[in-house]
This record gives sequence, structure tokens and C-alpha cells, in this order.
Amino acid sequence: MNRLGSGPVGSAAAAAAGQYRVCGNCRKVPRQEKRVQVSPPLTRGPSAFIPENEVMQANGLDERTNLLVEEYSTSGRLDNITQVMSIHTQYLESFLRSQFYMLRMDGPLPLPYRHYIAIMAAARHQCSYLINMHVDEFLKTGGIAEWLNGLEYIPQRLKNLNEINKLLAHRPWLITKEHIQKLVKTGENNWSLPELVHAVVLLAHYHALASFVFGSGINPERDPDTSNGVRLIAVNNFCVCDLANDNNIENASLTSSNFGNVMVFLQIADSLSELEALMERMKRLQEDKEDEEASQEEMATRFEKEKKESLLVISGAFDDDIVSTDVSRYIEDPGFGYKDFARRGEDHLPTFRAQDYTWENHGFSLVNRLYSDIGHLLDEKFRMVYNLTYNTMATHEDVDTTMLRRALFNYVHCMYGIRYDDYDYGEVNQLLERSLKVYIKTVTCYPERTTKRMYDSYWRQFKHSEKVHVNLLLMEARMQAELLYALRAITRHLT
Amino acid sequence: MEKMARVTTALGGNTLSGRTMFCHLDAPANAISVCRDAAQVVVAGRNIFKIYSIEEEQFVEKLNLRVGRKPSLNFSCADVVWHQMDENLLATAATNGVVVTWNLGKPSRNKQDQLFTEHKRTVNKVCFHPTEVYMLLSGSQDGYMKCFDLRKKDSVSTFSGQSESVRDVQFSIRDYFTFAATFENGNVQLWDIRRPDRYERMFTAHNGPVFCCDWHLEDRGWLATGGRDKMVKVWDMNTTRAKEIYCVQTIASVARVKWRPECKHHIATCSMMVDHNIYVWDVRRPFIPSAMFEEHKDVTTGIVWRHLHDPYFLLSGSKDSTLYQHIFKDASQPIDRANPEGLCYSLYGDLAFAAKESLISSDSNRKPYIGDRRHPIFFKRKLDPTEQFEYISSSSALSVFETDVESGSMDWFVHTAKQYALAGRPLAELCDHNAKVAKGLDRNQVAQTWTMLRIIYSSLGTVSSANLNHSMGKGSAALPLMNSFNLKDIPSGLGSESRLDRSKGESRTENILMDSSSTLINNEDNEETEGSDVPADYLLGDVEADEDDLYMMDHENPHAEEQEYSLPQEAFPLRHEIVDNPSALDHLQDKADSPHVSGNEAETVSLTPVESFSLISISHSLYENRLPSDFFSPIVRDTLLFYAEQGDVQTAVSVLIVLGERIRKEIDEQTQEHWYTSYIDLLQRFQLWNISNEVIKLSTCRAINCLNQASTTLHVNCSNCKRPMSNRGWICDRCRQCASMCAVCHHVVKGLFVWCQGCSHGGHLQHIMKWLETSSHCPAGCGHLCEYT
Repeated sequence: MNRLGSGPVGSAAAAAAGQYRVCGNCRKVPRQEKRVQVSPPLTRGPSAFIPENEVMQANGLDERTNLLVEEYSTSGRLDNITQVMSIHTQYLESFLRSQFYMLRMDGPLPLPYRHYIAIMAAARHQCSYLINMHVDEFLKTGGIAEWLNGLEYIPQRLKNLNEINKLLAHRPWLITKEHIQKLVKTGENNWSLPELVHAVVLLAHYHALASFVFGSGINPERDPDTSNGVRLIAVNNFCVCDLANDNNIENASLTSSNFGNVMVFLQIADSLSELEALMERMKRLQEDKEDEEASQEEMATRFEKEKKESLLVISGAFDDDIVSTDVSRYIEDPGFGYKDFARRGEDHLPTFRAQDYTWENHGFSLVNRLYSDIGHLLDEKFRMVYNLTYNTMATHEDVDTTMLRRALFNYVHCMYGIRYDDYDYGEVNQLLERSLKVYIKTVTCYPERTTKRMYDSYWRQFKHSEKVHVNLLLMEARMQAELLYALRAITRHLT
Repeated sequence: MEKMARVTTALGGNTLSGRTMFCHLDAPANAISVCRDAAQVVVAGRNIFKIYSIEEEQFVEKLNLRVGRKPSLNFSCADVVWHQMDENLLATAATNGVVVTWNLGKPSRNKQDQLFTEHKRTVNKVCFHPTEVYMLLSGSQDGYMKCFDLRKKDSVSTFSGQSESVRDVQFSIRDYFTFAATFENGNVQLWDIRRPDRYERMFTAHNGPVFCCDWHLEDRGWLATGGRDKMVKVWDMNTTRAKEIYCVQTIASVARVKWRPECKHHIATCSMMVDHNIYVWDVRRPFIPSAMFEEHKDVTTGIVWRHLHDPYFLLSGSKDSTLYQHIFKDASQPIDRANPEGLCYSLYGDLAFAAKESLISSDSNRKPYIGDRRHPIFFKRKLDPTEQFEYISSSSALSVFETDVESGSMDWFVHTAKQYALAGRPLAELCDHNAKVAKGLDRNQVAQTWTMLRIIYSSLGTVSSANLNHSMGKGSAALPLMNSFNLKDIPSGLGSESRLDRSKGESRTENILMDSSSTLINNEDNEETEGSDVPADYLLGDVEADEDDLYMMDHENPHAEEQEYSLPQEAFPLRHEIVDNPSALDHLQDKADSPHVSGNEAETVSLTPVESFSLISISHSLYENRLPSDFFSPIVRDTLLFYAEQGDVQTAVSVLIVLGERIRKEIDEQTQEHWYTSYIDLLQRFQLWNISNEVIKLSTCRAINCLNQASTTLHVNCSNCKRPMSNRGWICDRCRQCASMCAVCHHVVKGLFVWCQGCSHGGHLQHIMKWLETSSHCPAGCGHLCEYT
């Protein structure tokens, strides 16, 4: 089977259908195109980062096969995301269930709207993979093809969602109740609260999913069936080079700031001991818990420090971001990106105290009230991802990874300015090495810049399945952070 | 605040008095607790930790426990509790997982006593032992409960719930060693303080986190729990299995529950989100709170009864940064606002009415139900089996009024619904068909409406020309008579009135003329009739209808009168109003009857004499001009509104569907939606599912359209293991068998599955049909003689 777009069959079909566009990206940066040709990553299999046989590895085969069969029979296909996620069967189940619910089951928004919102969300991160998928679905569910021409062609009501989409994707802490009011009280184009909550859930889901797609290097779908014309065309709207897994491989500022790379070279030699060291640190942290009596101020400053340090992880803007027109028509203000929560020298915004607005107590109740049952599904998903463990770390077994998981989860929240009173942010520093932090930050904040090198450079001893696990954690943590901010704003609007 | 009452209660020596009052806190409160003597209250939150004394008129700040320049996280309290034995002892649970005790007896400014940093996560709850001074219990997010002896530095025992976070811990009030713990996963565990290794009992109380629990103050076995699933449940723990004895459904997730002192069945609750009120429920009466405090503007986070033996004072803290004292007298009682009468109409016109017994009996004494001569009325009374509530003697009477079968018959509705054609054919045909249906059921007015619609909307089409000629021919055949009649007998007034209208360019001229003429005819023939039931606008249809129709219309009127039967007035006066004739008609008649007035009007407006030609010419001009059908939209709209007003929503909706885009814009979306829902509701009450589905499908309202998309799931159980099949209808996850195999082809049936109710074998619809054509035995070979009808 041909990889779409690169094979003659694909482009011929696309050209024949009159849908082919010269990609702005390629024209502009032909070198990149070449690069892709010269050293194509693993083009086989669902992921560019993970060898196919890893994904298809048989563990818990029965259960997994069943789940996949089931998914195939419901949706009529098995996309690459599903395949990669199927490494973690338990999680996949709740993921699919919630995704299915928000896309296809009873809900306040009409079906085409849902897919269009997914497109808008994915476009914020230039995730052509998801866009393709939902362009397709959008048309299938009876969406108006004209809307796909860009934001100017959609109803004002949907257009109003842009602002919140933008904020949610990049700087969710800026969302205030005024934004909500603007959406809810605008006369004939207003959103009802249930609709808005549905939209917010979709947006958060697809922002986070974009993180996963880039973070795991999900490959574009292989053509399942050449006779399926619609599908072929839709996928071919995007050029290979858009598949951003490779597009920024030699990223100017990465090479200049070079944190990741330097670390990589230094660490290649002692990758083994790296794992040992991490285990050692975890052990020590667990044991030393009591001895080390950090003062409260100390704890507070640690959070601040972690926040600040997340700045250093990748600083400087990627001003030369290239957004292809195929994607940019779904977004407004493409320059708007993640800006560090804690910029030095700026009045910093109030920290979001996790205990004051938790998902379990507050978020859930609100979501479930306005968009029934989604709360349970999300709740289950969050819980699942947080508690998922096989008690292994790389080659070691019977390891309690709670600490590590919590560190990952809280580090993501930390970058979004959410602080847990009961967490010692010193742990993050001890457990998460620099290259991992680079990866985390890239995947959660600007996933489109993730490269295979980043993926490879951290935790080299770890299995791919474990890295996928990391990605799942990052994705859910991000989704929860976005939801918390959005729901808090809605709550404030209500009171 | 003038209305606020002042209450004084004597409580064995010390008296409580006060009024509803509040004070502003500097920051949102997370929890409050009250001192044993009911004179002081402590408020704790992320940025506040203060003690207030409760005075007669106000709260007075007594002590700020947040001291130090840089307040540490230890002050950020999730919960606070005041020891009920020792007035100087307090404990707080900090969000960073520290349990702190405070000794108010300390001379220094900093009253902090002990610090327990054993929990790894936020501590959600702390609780002192009710009788033991040094025993403190904590429950934390990390899933552990710890018991501290305040004389020691560390915890004396740790209890692992083996499940997720602990949300609440409460010592049993009567049972010295027992405490209850509630968990985020919906479980409640009972522990013996002496046995930290394992819980005594565990049961699942709620779906989702159980946020709070409270032991009953008197009844030792009762435990109330409140959860995120918006329920408050009362459990009887005396039996071997915890038994749910009461359940109250609230409108938001329940954050706190507190039994009301001295009232065995009362419990106060507040919610976690959205709802800011405090409710006091009588658990035996779970549908309506017995009292409600509505003062707070943000969610209430802490509630506590001021004194252990006083049921009238409730203190509450809230996220809106206020501390309130609520007095029971000032509570609003939703029961007062509730409507104690219930009324329901059955499908066949029967009416049930329930009200307080006192109300009914006094009324029926005064006026026995013999007023109506035509229709017998059955009056049934049923008393509630028991007097259920202590202070509200609520016995109610239920009366059922039956109408006799004939007059209340709704057969016409069913027939009409079944026979109407709503789509799939050209408009003219649809209208004709529906007119025929209506006529067949003696509903001439409706029939004429349909005919009229055909004329209006399809006159431009190709079909219409023949029809048009036809009707014109007929019209001209019938009308000259009237015409001459008009000219002869009607004084000039009428003519000039029409002239007046015409000169104004009004569209109604023709109708009015027609109407008055028809009325006159009627009057001539039947002096006693009050007037036709037909409102002015619809008479355009008369062009086609011959005179018989007019008379029939007339007959309809007394018929309608017959249908109206009077019920006891106080019960239901509504019916009369519905059948009342529209006033517009009377008005018109007045005009016709009093020519002078209109004549004068005419003179004042237009002095040019216009020949008083009438109907025929007007109707000619009407057709010749080929007025666009838009022209009639307002009239059609009024027609539909009229029908809907009359209760005949069927006609309104049917017309709406048949006309589709032609009229849709004229009527506002909400009205349409309302009609649709009413009609669909009616259809479904008559079990006309197919028709109601068709209507839903044909409707253009978004809200109606998507009714068909809701709850489209069909749940099936596996035929092997009898368990519900969660995802796929044809493969069971549990027993891994294809549940629905076709007995004929032995393949899995994924579409329509038909099975014999005798032997429960079945298969593809087609296959089974084919099989049973040739054989009468079950294809599975079970020997059953299956039948397919």
C-alpha cells in the first residue's frame, strides 16, 4: 500500500479530482521536503517514532484484539491513533468511549458542528492528521462543504468560538467569565450553556489529542481502500510535508538553544546509568519523605521555581512558524501561541489553586449538569490514565511508579499555572530530566514542534509502550487543565 | 432585614437568642465549626482562619489565628473542627496534607500546637472523638485515615481504605470505637478504631464520590451520606447489610449533610456547585425541602447547627465570604409556595383532580355535582392510606370526572391522523386528499380550509388551472344568487363598507363581503342560530362549496355546543372558554346588522360613490390578478393560529407540514415548536407511533427534528449468559459468543432479527420468512411449531 501523497497513485488521484494544491510549505522550504525523502522515518506502521512491531506487539492479545475488532466494527476503520493507543488497552477503552460519546451520541450540538469544532481545535496546532480525519467525517455527517473553505464561510456562531479556541489551546489561564458571557449573550448567535460546554469539551479533547498525535509521531492514515474516493481526496488535500512529525526537524531555535541536543550527546554514553539514577532518586524520595522537612516558603518557591524553569526549557519564539494555507484557513490569529505562564518581569497572574477548583468536586458536577454523562466518561478516563500502571520501569519490574506519574501530571499542570498545595515541586526537578522536560513542554505547549529526536532523547532505556504511556498522561493532564480553566470561567459566569 | 425574627430558646440553663445575621469575612470560607457552648464559631479557608463570637445582634471577631508575616500553607485549611469536650482545642486539615492542632489556651499569639505531616496529600477532613479528649482522626486524599493521640508526636494508627481518596470521616456518636469513612469511589467503610488492619464493613453508597456523612444524633444506627450523584441517603446500619431507608434527590452534588438536632427526620444539606441554598429536608418527604435558606450568593461550604440541642439556629459559611446565622423562623418554606392541587386530563376527556380533602369536601357540600343535565359525572374519592407527616395533616382527595364515551370520543383525531397525507405528493393533491378526509369525518370547516389552501397555493401551478376554472364556474353558478340577494336586501351600508375597505387597499374586502352574505343567508334560514362558527378569513373557500356546505357548517354549531359539558365550576372552568365563539365574528355581525354606523363611516372617508357590485366581480378580479400566494400568508397564519387556539393543533401542524417553506417563515419558531410538541405528544398518547415519527421527520424545526436522534439505543441481553451486551448487539463480551445466530444460515444476524416467542429461536427476517413458508417447524430443529404472522 502506498503512503498517501508520496506515491504516484495518491497524487494522481488527487490531481485527477482537481483537489491538489501546491503546498506552501514545500515551495517555501524545499530542503525539508528533500530531507523527508532522504531519511524517511519509519513510514510503515501507525507511528513515525515507534517501530511497527512495537505497536503490534502482543500483550494481552485477546482483550486487545477484541477491543480493536469492536472499534473497527463501530467506526469502520482502525486509525493509527487507536492502534498506537491500543498498547494500553484499558485506557483505549475509556478513551474511545468518551470520544464516541462526544462525537456521535446524544448531545447539544449537531453532528457536523462537532466535527467542525474538532477541525478548528486541531488547526490551532496545525495537526493535519486530525483535520483530515474530521474533514472527512464532517462531510459524511452532512456538513456544508463550503465551510471547509475557511472561517469566513462559517456561521457567525461558530466563528465566535474562535477566541475561546485560541485561548484554550495556548493560554487557558486567560479565559475569564467575560469570554463566556460574550458567547452566551450575543442575541441570535448565542450559545446555550450546554452547547458551549459540549464545544469546550471537544476543543479541549482535540487540543490534547493533537499533543498525542505529534508526541507519538502518528503517521498519516494509510489508504484503507482506494476505491473510496471521498476519503482519498480528503486526505490528499494535504501534502506530505504538512505531516508535521518531520517538518521541523532542524529547528532553528532548537539548534541554537541546543539544550536537548547537548543533553543527548552527553547522555548517550551513560543511558543505562541514567535509568538507575532515576530509580535511585525515586527510592530516596520515598524514603526521605519524612526527614526532609521543607519549610512552607521553600515549597512555595519550589513551585515558582519550577514554573520559571519551565521557561528556560525552550525559550525564544519560533517566529518562523510556517502554517500552510490548508490549515490556516481554520484559524484566526495564527501567531498566537503558548506564552509562558510565568514570564519574568511581568505581573504574574494568580496561580490556579488546584484544591479550590478540582475536577472531582467542581468540574465534574458542572460538566455533567450541562452535558449529561460526559462527566462520568471523562472522570473515568482521567482516573484511568492517572492510575494506569504496570509496575514496570524499563527493564525493572515491581516498581511503584506513582511518583513518576504524579510528577508528569503535575508538571503539565504547573506549566499551565495550576498548583497543588500538597505537592512538593522539588520532586519534579529530581524525577524529570531536562530532555524529558523539553519533550513535555514541546508536546503540551507546542506539539507541532515535536521531533523524533526529542522523542528519542529522553529515557532511552524505556520501552516505547512506556513512552506512549507518558504521552497519554501528558494529553490527559493537558485536557484537564484546559477544562478546569474553562469550567471555572463558566462557573463564575453562573454565580 | 426587618422581617427577621428574634428567637430565644432555653436550653437547660443557657439560652440561645439571636436573629438572622451575617458578617463579611475577608476571604472565602472552606469550613466552619462551632464551640461547645454555642457562643463562638471558627471559620477556616484558604486565606482565613478566625474565631468569631456570636452575639445577640452580630458576629464579633475574637481571634485571628493566621499569624506570622508569611502565612504558610499550613494555614490553608480544607477543614476545621472544634473539640466538643475541650473549648480550647481545635484541629485543622491543611490543603498541603498537614494536620494541625491549635490550643487557644496558649499565652503566645501563635496558638499552633502540634503539626502532623504524615499525609502525603491534601487532608479532606478531621474529626475529634466525641468523648475522648485526645483522639483525632483525619482522612486524606492519599487514601489513608490516621488516628492521632494528641499526647504523642505521631499517629497511633493508620487505616488504609484500599481505595481512592477519603472524603469524610466521622466518629459514631454512640459507638465508642466505630467511625465511618467515605470515599471518592462511592464506598462507605465502617472501621473499628482498635483494628487498623481491616474495615468492619464496606458498602457502595453512591455513584461517584461520597462527599460527606453524618451520624444521627439519636438513632445510633443511622448514617446519612451525600454524594456527587446529587443524592442524600440515610442508611440503617443496625442490620447486617446496610440498608438504605431514605433517599433524597437534590438538584446539585451534596457537599455537607448535618442532622437537625431534636428533629428525628430532619437533615440540613448544602451543595458543592451551582446551587447556593441550604436546605433542610424531612427525609420522609424527599420531594420538597421543608425549609430553605437562600441568603448566600456563592456556594455554601460549611453548615453547622449552633447547638447540639437546639434545632432553630444554623450557622453557615460560604465562598461568597460571608458567615451567616440562620434562624428557622426566617427560613422560606417551599411547601407554602407549592401548588397543593393537581389536575390531569386523560386522553379520553376524563379529568382527575386532587386537592386537600378539606377543600374538596366543603365544596362538594355546598354544591353537589348535579348541575350538568346531559352528562353524568362520577365522583370518586380516595383517601391517602396513612397520615404521613407529623405537622402537616395531608390527606387529599382525588376526584375523577368521567365524560360519557360518545361525546368525549376522539376517534376523529385518530382517523384524521391516520389518513392525512402530509408529504410525497404535489401540494394540490395533498390538500385535496386531506380535505376529503376531513369531510369524511364531518369536519367541514377543516375540509374547506384544505380546499382553500389548495386554491391559494397551487393556483399558479400547472395542476391548478383546471381546478381554478372549476371553482370559478361553480362560484359563478352559485354566487349570482347571493349577489342579487345582497343587492336587493342589504342596505347601502354594507356596500359602502366594502368600498371603504377597498379604498384603503385592504385585502379583507372580499372576505368580509362574502362572510356577511353567508351570514345573512344563514340568518334567513335559521333565525335562531347565533352565527356561523366560521371566522371571517376562511370563507374564501366558499367559492367552491355549495350551499349545502354552508348549512352543514351551521349544523356544526349546535353540535359544538352539545360537546361542551359543564364541570363543577371551581374544578375546571377552562373548557367553557375554549368553546366560546370567537368574538371577531360577533363583531362582524354587528357591523352587518347596524348599517347606519358603517354607512356614516363610509361617508366620512370616501365620498366617491362606487357602484355596489359585489362578490362575483371581486372574486373575478382576485383570480385574474393572480395574487402571489405570499399575499395570503397572513391569512393562512391567522388560520393556523386560530386552529391551534381552538385546541385543534392537528390541523395546524398538518397544514404547516404540507405547506412547508411557504408558510414557515410567517410563524415564529417557538410557536411552531410548541405545536409540534403538542401534536407529537397527543399522537403518542394515542399510541400512533408511526405517525408521530413521520411528523417528527417531516418537521422543519431543529428542536423537533432531533427528537428522532435521541435515545436511539436498544439494549439487548446476551441469549447465552443473560447479561446485558454492552457494545455490540451480536457479540457478547462476557461469554464471547455470537448471541444472535440465524437458525437458517447460521450466520450472525446484524440487522433485523426475528425470533419465535415460543422457542426463542430466530434469525434473519428473510430467512425465517422463507423457511416458514415451506415448513412449520422451527428451523433450529427444536421441534417447536413456530408461527409467523
